[in-house]
Formats: sequence, C-alpha cells, structure tokens
Amino acid sequence: MTQVHVDVGLDPARTDFYRRLLRQMLLIRRFEEKAGEAYAMGQIGGFCHLYVGQEAVAVGAMAALRDDDYITSSYREHGHALARGMPARVVMAELFGKATGCSKGKGGSMHLFDAGRNFFGGHGIVGGQIPIAAGAAFAVKYRGGDQVSLCFFGEAAVNIGSFHETLNMASLWTLPVIFLVENNRYGMGTALERASAIDDIGVRASSYGMTSEVVDGMDVLATYEATMRAIARGRRDKAPTLLDVNTYRFVGHSMSDASHGTYRTLEEVEENKKNDPIGKFCSQLLDGEILDHEEVENLDTEVIGEVEDAVAFAESSPDPDPENLFADVYHD
Amino acid sequence: MATKVVMEALSPTMEEGQVTKWLKGEGDKVASGDTLAEVETDKAVMELVARGDGVLRKIVVPEGTTVEVGSLVAVIGAEDEDISSFAVDTAVPPAVESSDGGAADVAALPTGAPPVPVSGDSDRVKATPVARRMASERSIDLAAVRGSGPGGRVVKRDVEGAVATPPAAAITGPAGFEDVPLTQIRKTIARRLAESTGPVPHFFLTTEIDMERVVEARTALNALDEGPRVSYNDIVLKVIAAALVEHRACNAWWQGDHIRYFNEVHLGVAVAVKDGLITPVLRNAHLKTLRQIAVEVRDLAGRAREKKLQPHEYTGSTFTVSNLGMLDIDQFTGVINPPEAGLLAVGSIVEKPAVEDGQVVVRKRMRVTMSCDHRVIDGAVGARYLQTVRRMLENPLAIVW
Amino acid sequence: MPILTYRDALNDALREEMERDPDVFLMGEEVAEYDGAYKVSRGLLEEFGDKRIVDTPITELGFTGIGVGAAMAGLRPVIEFMTFNFALLAIDQIVNSAAKISYMSGGQFRIPIVFRGPSGAALQLGSQHSQAFDSWYANVPGLKVVAPATPADAKGLLKSSIRDNNPVVFLEGEMLYNTKGEVPDGDHLVPIGRADIKREGSDVTIVCYAKTLAPALKAADTLASDSGISAEVIDLRTIRPLDTEALVASVRKTNRCVIVEEGWPFSGIGAQLVDTIQREAFDHLDAPLLRVTGADVPMPYNKKLERAAKPTPQKVIEAVKQVTYST
Repeated sequence: MTQVHVDVGLDPARTDFYRRLLRQMLLIRRFEEKAGEAYAMGQIGGFCHLYVGQEAVAVGAMAALRDDDYITSSYREHGHALARGMPARVVMAELFGKATGCSKGKGGSMHLFDAGRNFFGGHGIVGGQIPIAAGAAFAVKYRGGDQVSLCFFGEAAVNIGSFHETLNMASLWTLPVIFLVENNRYGMGTALERASAIDDIGVRASSYGMTSEVVDGMDVLATYEATMRAIARGRRDKAPTLLDVNTYRFVGHSMSDASHGTYRTLEEVEENKKNDPIGKFCSQLLDGEILDHEEVENLDTEVIGEVEDAVAFAESSPDPDPENLFADVYHD
Repeated sequence: MATKVVMEALSPTMEEGQVTKWLKGEGDKVASGDTLAEVETDKAVMELVARGDGVLRKIVVPEGTTVEVGSLVAVIGAEDEDISSFAVDTAVPPAVESSDGGAADVAALPTGAPPVPVSGDSDRVKATPVARRMASERSIDLAAVRGSGPGGRVVKRDVEGAVATPPAAAITGPAGFEDVPLTQIRKTIARRLAESTGPVPHFFLTTEIDMERVVEARTALNALDEGPRVSYNDIVLKVIAAALVEHRACNAWWQGDHIRYFNEVHLGVAVAVKDGLITPVLRNAHLKTLRQIAVEVRDLAGRAREKKLQPHEYTGSTFTVSNLGMLDIDQFTGVINPPEAGLLAVGSIVEKPAVEDGQVVVRKRMRVTMSCDHRVIDGAVGARYLQTVRRMLENPLAIVW
Repeated sequence: MPILTYRDALNDALREEMERDPDVFLMGEEVAEYDGAYKVSRGLLEEFGDKRIVDTPITELGFTGIGVGAAMAGLRPVIEFMTFNFALLAIDQIVNSAAKISYMSGGQFRIPIVFRGPSGAALQLGSQHSQAFDSWYANVPGLKVVAPATPADAKGLLKSSIRDNNPVVFLEGEMLYNTKGEVPDGDHLVPIGRADIKREGSDVTIVCYAKTLAPALKAADTLASDSGISAEVIDLRTIRPLDTEALVASVRKTNRCVIVEEGWPFSGIGAQLVDTIQREAFDHLDAPLLRVTGADVPMPYNKKLERAAKPTPQKVIEAVKQVTYST
C-alpha cells in the first residue's frame, strides 16, 4: 500500500503531549537497558525480548487510545506495558519474578497483564494474541460499545494461520480491531522476504478486504496519527485496519543472541541506529523549540531515577509465597 | 566335549522333578549310563543317568531342589575342559513356579509387560493389600492361608475363609507345629484331586460307635454332683482331641505348597447361631480335663449365640467337630473348614439293635462321619484315626492312659 | 419428569442459560442457519438472533481465540466444535490461552468459556473423526473437563459449565445425542466435580463416564444375572476436577476396580485413576486394577474392526471376572 505522508508540523500548544511521548520513549529505552543489565546479572531469567529501537511504535500507537480500549501484545511487550501506563515498578518486579509483579511473578517477561488497563497480555506463541484481540473487539460490538482493540505483533506472524483466520473474520464481521504489525524486518533471524512470498504486508489485508496503511514506525507522531485514523475507522465503522509499521530492533532477538552477525550486518544495524526514534524526536522538539536541552536532560534524569527505583523495588520485593503455587489456576 | 545333564522326563506326565540325592560328587569320574542322581517324579523315585563320559565337573542343582524338565542340573566334561560356556556359575536355576499360569488376560485389554518371574521370591507371601490388612486385623498368619488367586495370590476371600494363627501364648513347647515339604507324589495327588472335586477334595468315613460305657461314665460323673455337668459332647470332644494327639496326620492344615502338622489340638466346635454358624475354638483341647472342657465349651457357645466372641476365639482351629446329635440327626457329613484337613460330624446317640457275641441286643449307638481333605489325609490314615476314636469312646478309661 | 433426548437436554440448557444471562452466546460452525451440525442448537437462531448465535467460517483456531478474547472482555462464550477432532486445530488457544491466562496473569483474568461438542467415535467415521480427547484436556491445569452420560447430567452440567468462571471442555458424543432419559424440570443444575453412582454394588467398582456408561451398566446387569457378581457402576461425569472421594469410597467398599474409557490406553484417564486409587485405597485392593480402553490403534473404518477397537460389555465382563477371580 502507499505510504501516507502527513505533515505533522509541531504545534507548541501540544508541548505537554510531546513531552509525554518523549518521556515514555525515554522510559522504555532506559528500562530496557536496565533490564538487559539485570538479565546479565542473573536477576531476570528465561527469555527476555527487548524493545530497544522500537519505542516510537508503542508510544505513538498507545497515545491514540482511550483508557477503555483494549491492547493485546506478543512476548516483546515491555514497551507496550509501560506505554499503556503500567508502573515501571510492577513491570520490573514481574521481570524479576517477584510477588509484587503485575502477574505476581507467575508470568514473567513474556506475560505482562493488567486487567485494570485492559492490557490483555503478552502472549508467547507467535500469532496467539491475534484472535484474542479480535475477541475483545467482538465483545465491544456485542455490547454495542465504541472501543477498539489494538493488537501488536511482529511481521513474522503474518504467515501463521491465526493471522489469516482472524483477519478474515474481523473483516467479515467488521470488528473494531487494529492489527498493528511491528515490522522490524526480522522474525528472529529470518528476514521478511525470506519468509513471506508476499513481502508487502498490506496485500494480505487487501485480500481480506481490509484497509491497510504503511507507517514510519521510527516516527512517533506518524505512528500516532496513523493509529488515530485506524481508530476512527474502528469506532465509527466498526471496521478493522492493518497497520504495517516499519521499525527496527537495535538489539538481538532475545538476550541470547548478538544484535548482528549472522543474519544482518553491523553496518546495517549502525545505519538504522542513525534513525533512532528517540534521537529523531528529540531533534524535532529541539529544532522546533518545543523543548530545550535542559528539559530533555531533566526528562532523561527523571526516567533514569524511575527505572532505578523500579529495580530497587524489584530487588527488595519478596519472591512469591510457595503457598501460592496453586493459586490462580482456577477461579471460584 | 562337555555334556549337559538335564532333568529328564522320567514319566509320561512329569513336568518337574526333585533331585533327592546325588550319587556322584563333583570330580567323580562317570561313564555313560552311570546313575548320577535319584530324582523324585510325580510318580516315583527314578534314576538320572549320565549321557556322556568324563568327570562330573559341576553340580548345578543341589539336593532337595525341584526343577522343570529340561533344566540343566549338572555338567560332565573332561578334567581340564573349560565349561564356563555352560554358565554354571549362575547358582541355582529358577525354582519351579506354580503351574497355574494365572487367569488369561482379558482379550482386548492392553497387555503390559510379560509376567515377572518370581524366582527367588518364594519366601514372600503373595497377597493383595486388602488381604494383608484383613489378616493383620484378624491375627491371621498369611503364610498359613492358601491363596486362590493367580500364582497362589492370597485374596480377600481366602482370608475371610481362613482362621487365625493360634496366639503364641497358647502354643506349648518350642515348636507348635512342623512344616513338611510336599513330596512329588503328594503334590500330584493334591493337584489331581483338587481338579476332580473342587478346591478341597473331600472324602468321608463313617463308623458306628457303641456308647453304652460313655453313658455309664457320664451318669457316674454327674452323680458326683461336683462342678459342672458333663455332656456327651464334652466327652466326645475330649476323645477326639486325645485321638488327634495320637494321629497327628489328621491334625493338619493344607498350605498349598506344604502341609502343616500341629502338635497341639485346637478344636473348632460348630455352634448354630441365630443367622448361621460359628466355630469357637477350644484351645489346647488335648491338655484339658473334661471339667475344663465342659465349662469352656458352655462359655464359648453361650457367647457365640450372643455374638460376643473375640476374633481370636473363633480362629485358629486345627480340626473341627460338628454335633447335630441334639437335633436328632443320626448321621451326616460336614464340610471341611479350610485350611484344616479334617472334620468330624457327630450324630445322635440312639438305642438300636446290635449284635454282641452272636446275640441281638439293644445298645446305645452313635454314628460319626469324618470328612477328610484327601490332599492331606489318605483313606487308611483317616480310618485308623476313627478306630482310635471308637476305641476310646468304647473304653472311656483309655482317655486317661 | 419429561423424557428428553441428550440433544434436546443440551438445547434446553443453552436456551435457559442464554435467557438467563445476556453475556452468553454460542459460536461455531453451522450453529445458526443450519440449526447445528447435530441439531443441538436447533431453533436458537430464531429465538436469539445472529448476534448471539454466531456461524463461523471453518476456522477453529480463529474462532476459539475470538472466544477467549471475548471471555477476557467479560462475555461467556459457548464455543461449539462440530467435533473435538477438529478442535486439534484450536488446541493452542484452548491450552496456551484459555487454560493459562488466569495463572499467567496472576489471577487478574478469568476465562468463563465452554468448549463443547462430540468427542470420540461414532460409527465408521474412520481415524480422523473418531478420537477421544478426554486425557488430552484432562492433563491441563486450568481446564475443567466434563463428560456427561445421560440427558439429565448433560443438561445440568452444561448449565453449570456455562456459569462456571473457568474454561470448561464439555465432551459430548454423537452416539449419545439420540439417547433418552428423564430430565428434571426447572433450573436443573448438576455440580461440576461430582461423580454419580449409577448402580450400587458390592463386589467390584466399574468406573465409567460419557459413552462408557452404557457398556458398564450392561455388563453389570449380565454379571448380576449370570455370575452373581454385584458391580457398582460409578459415572465420573466430571473428569477434572476428579471426584476422588466418591471414587475411593466405592473402591474401598468393593476392593476391586475396572475402569472403562473410550480413549487410547497409554496415559489415558484410566492411568490417572489407577494412580489415584492405588494411593488412596492401597490397603483395600484385592486385585490389580484393570482398564478396558479403546484399542491402541487409529480407529479403523471396517465395522467389525471398529467394534473390536471399542470398549464393549463383554470386555468389561471379562475384566470384572478377572479382578473378582471368577474366571
């Protein structure tokens, strides 16, 4: 599909909004850096997928949502959780497996949930969250509501059955769901064009009669605007949209692989880092004289403090009580 | 070249044989045709002969051991020949399992692993958990219970039908009983008779006893008016017990793979109760005076009718007496109380014509019928026991001899 | 009491629960305009409309996941599988999502959803339409597994399943739909997790559920009349959570146990029951526990072979005789 070019043009009247976006991106970046350190220290176990480089996607898209909308995500969801407003403390504590984590230490990095924020979770099976997101949209329509359901997944999920089955039903039943493809170009180590016969993801939406849009995911405002358009379609027409949001992961797939080497070159990674969404947005704000250096520094210092507090909180939190091993399997 | 000596089929029906005696020792020179050992088969004691020349290098099966036909029992070889390939170091060959293969698997059931051989496990009593629990609760020695399940497994019904082991305190003397291994012939009799007539192969022996002198003795005793009155049944019990001491062969339990002969007599006395029958046990009946018997039997019978007996009071008998004389039954046959081998059914004392010294006279006569488990008691053995009972009742003084 | 078919008892349960709670809806292939592949949903479209009786494309994984998402958002979906053989395509959503989300979220989300449809074999449907999935689902913490055998239990348990706040795998049977039985009037509820003694006896416990109740009862009748063996027939009704108490009480009474299940033997439901019973009733056992199961083969098409692969009264009788040492 064609890229929609929108001249965002910074509006000084929205300074607080821009500051919030920048702060959230910085928070995610600092949070992920700290999580990487904690992982190296053995404080975080299992799989851990960092979001460094993709911050503008979560922050831009989430900024467009209302509090009563629904979010569903994959296992690379720390950024989505933070952008949705989940406190860094409970997210970090969950990564640490502590009783104070959002999932009481039973979920871990891949399974962050927040029922109060309609955050329907990090899901560990590629594509598993896609029909769930459509289910939330189904419930909205069933009840005659006007919420939307925003579903994050990577571009590698567009080849799995649940993606196709869900796109078909969402279009057939006109469900208010936004399929947001975080296209970071690699499914683990396999490039999109090596995995997909059709590398224009929008074509897949077209084949189900669904509107799609290609979005610059390194541009937080562009992502925000595109999501707003999709939301409008969802709220007004109960129609689904697919957003092919181009982004780039600056780190490895998970903690156990390097950022480059086998499937992509250092040069490629370095080239993309020049397009760092945070750096880019900072420049925009500085150039547009929306914020000054000191304000940016202050924001960064603030989020670093918040992340350090989150780590301290996680470190000092208790492990789950072994007596609760069997709790939460069933509800009364 | 070495020659294997195997258990040979020495009779048409032989499936296993017991090496009763080695006539040659390890190192002895043997020639083909020499008798190496005596083997007891299901029919007789036969000779196992050498089928090769050389030296009896290795005896694999020790005396007294039973092995299946075809099993290696010894090796004959040259003096310096390597016989290790015969793997004779592997001690004793597997003991013979019961020929009862157990119930066939349900056809469509998934079959598990093949049955685990239980060689070397012969000391362990195979019993189901509930049988173990019940035996423990009732002080029953599981080893003394004949198992009717697959491979001799003791199951619930076996314990229900069993009697408790006499409490240790009741046993006088260092050995209350003696376990005698079954000979091949005894095993074959047991198996064949059981196959032909059911779990306990009964046969019955009846004799008529002149009771004139018992009647006189009882009248005289009761005329003394000292202590309890003595019944005919008390006297009969006393005699039965005394006779069993003389005929230990009839005071025994069938134990499946052996027979347990008791040195004490614990008499089960059948008592009719409201809704059935119970047999309280007169312990060490052979040691008790008539007066003791009179008191104890009355007590046991009374409490039996009130259902106040303790389990140990109705379990552990070695022989049972059933008396229907008071109900005007002249003669009847009783069913053995397993694992006991014998039961005496006692009829009424009736006046009837009898021939004495060529004259027909009216005498008080009593018929008794002994039920015997043929696996334990053969006809003549039971008959000789009844002769003693009869002799004692016809000459009551014999009791005190 | 009215006599109903199992099918109509399920239909009543759906209707009553949909009338009772507007959050309940039925979704699946052919449930609406076709009136249900097996007519369990007959008439419901007319009554409740296409918002609540939802026909889906043939896309098990997709509509199962939609059900899970709808449940997370507070609805009470009833997801019909035309047969559980097709639910293999959806098992990622049933196991990875429905069963685990409550736990993974530290109890923040509950998934009140019912997955229902026929499981196991009917007649001559071949290997791919004849598998019993009881043990697959019963293996999963977070799921409840219900398998009613009678119309009354089918109705009472489906109503309880719809009201339950957990995912329930509700296993029916094509061969059960036409069976008839008395169904209590009114709001008849059967609690999940409660077994039912369908016939009292003293010599052996025959454990069964769903389709195996019929051969178990038939075997018990024959055993009583031909062999004087008194069999107690206990219908589990719910496989998970298992009514251990009722099961163990029965085996403690009879000392012997035969388990009849439709599925394959390896790691089957019976294997779990044997584990439970030997631990809870060890000192009460008078014989090894035996299982009568489906044969360890993909289901053959040929009628005679198929019969040979299924549990039958005769197989139950043979197993009972073996455990009661009556062979």
